[in-house]
Amino acid sequence: MVNETIKLESKNLNFYYGETQALFNINLQIPKNRVTALIGPSGCGKSTFLRMYNRMNDIIPGTHHKGSILIDSDDIYLEKGSMDIVSLRKKVGMVFQKSNPFPKSIWENIAYGPKIHGIKDNTKLEAIVEKSLRGSALWEEVSDRLHQNAFGLSGGQQQRLCIARALAVEPEILLMDEPASALDPKSTTRIENLIRELRENYTIVIVTHNMQQAARISYYTAFFYEGKLIEFGETEKIFTKPDQQQTEDYITGRFG
Amino acid sequence: MLKDKVIQYVLWGSAATSILIVALIFIFLGKEAFSFISEPGIEKLFSSRWVPVSFTLEQFGLYPLITGSFLVTILATIIMIPFGVTGALYISEFASNTEREFLKPFIEILAGIPSVVIGFFGLLVLSPIVKSLFGLNTGLTAITGALLLALMAIPTVISISEDAIQSVPSSYKEASLALGASPLQTSFRVVVPAALPGIIAAIMLGMGRVVGETMVVLMVTGNTAKLTLSPFDSVRTMTATIAAEMGEVAFGSSHYAALFWVGIVLMLITFGLNVLAQQLLKKYQMR
Repeated sequence: MVNETIKLESKNLNFYYGETQALFNINLQIPKNRVTALIGPSGCGKSTFLRMYNRMNDIIPGTHHKGSILIDSDDIYLEKGSMDIVSLRKKVGMVFQKSNPFPKSIWENIAYGPKIHGIKDNTKLEAIVEKSLRGSALWEEVSDRLHQNAFGLSGGQQQRLCIARALAVEPEILLMDEPASALDPKSTTRIENLIRELRENYTIVIVTHNMQQAARISYYTAFFYEGKLIEFGETEKIFTKPDQQQTEDYITGRFG
Repeated sequence: MLKDKVIQYVLWGSAATSILIVALIFIFLGKEAFSFISEPGIEKLFSSRWVPVSFTLEQFGLYPLITGSFLVTILATIIMIPFGVTGALYISEFASNTEREFLKPFIEILAGIPSVVIGFFGLLVLSPIVKSLFGLNTGLTAITGALLLALMAIPTVISISEDAIQSVPSSYKEASLALGASPLQTSFRVVVPAALPGIIAAIMLGMGRVVGETMVVLMVTGNTAKLTLSPFDSVRTMTATIAAEMGEVAFGSSHYAALFWVGIVLMLITFGLNVLAQQLLKKYQMR
């Protein structure tokens, strides 16, 4: 990792669901404006780790963590820090595994975030909606039916709507939790192309089950196994000559 | 199989019985009310005075009874909506498990209090308060009844709204929180709108309960068949009229038939509310 600016950093991070420890002492630096893929078998903690960055694990009762997470060197879990949870989540957008548009119109879905953050002016909202939909390559398909219910869209369109909704609050970081796992191959390709466009301007962390996907879109890859970070490095290196035996076994399909 | 057929018929029979009974009640109401159409004439129902016992001129105008029921129901609905909906929201979205285990049985107890006991409470405790608070001549007013009826309907509204709120997918909430919305913003802008059809159905079922409630209104609304829309007037509802007068009316008289007309109007209103509520719930579950 030469000449990279570090955007996200976790230091000695441990995470617990009640008594069960899910993450073990994770130290990882994620560079700015790159796509970083988190891979590993089910239950390895990669999704849990992803959800640390926007504090989504906070809403699960009985969880706690030790260690710290830094964004631009600010500790996001520090109560007295410069970053409260609202500004954190504004900065760190999230796209979920299953597309989850609100049962509202397309327009309302996109405008929801900006409205929450205090934008009331309709002209401004119009502009944000268009910009976000263009940003997620959905504008051409929906510009004539912005006020129809979002549930009328196809699965792939719904997921791109969710990406547009996340973009609307102008985040710097996008967390994606297996964003294409519930989609057909064609929609998956569109999402991957979209991620390639977005990586110019956003720091993207993507959890994926699909190793080909990780290889196609990410610059860096982190391999998790049983709650531990086994290896992190440039995707090309991880997929061709990993340092760890476990990584190689997983990549070559010996388990997982 | 013969056995299967028999069992099927028995089940069909028990299902059909309830429909049959509803139909019979309608037929019975219609039959008893029928004579009024020719004598003294159906138009007598459309007037603004209900004076069923008089030496000079009996009057059977349903308007004051309908407005009485309407007034009490609307007031009770206005009171029960904020309490019922916010209560349901709190229980399903904000309360800790301990709080929930404490609150829910209490709400169920509230639903189980006999209406005559609530009427007692209203008569002895609430009506003097209403009287002195608003400086009235009597505390037996529409608002007194509405307050008590709201109290009785709130458990219904809470438990059905709560079901509706609970069934809002948590993915909506996650999406909203992840955009930086607070839990309160998430509740009011995402959860409540998504649960709205169910909440409206809950309110309508609560209204159905209020329209049909008899004992409390009989005890605390003052029993004055007066055409008014002021919450601070004494009123008389349709239910209270039937309950108070049916016992002493001469069988087969015009007054007797008029009371059946009151019953028909009442039944149509509650029937309509229930059908509407069911439609909404069905639409809601389809989603």
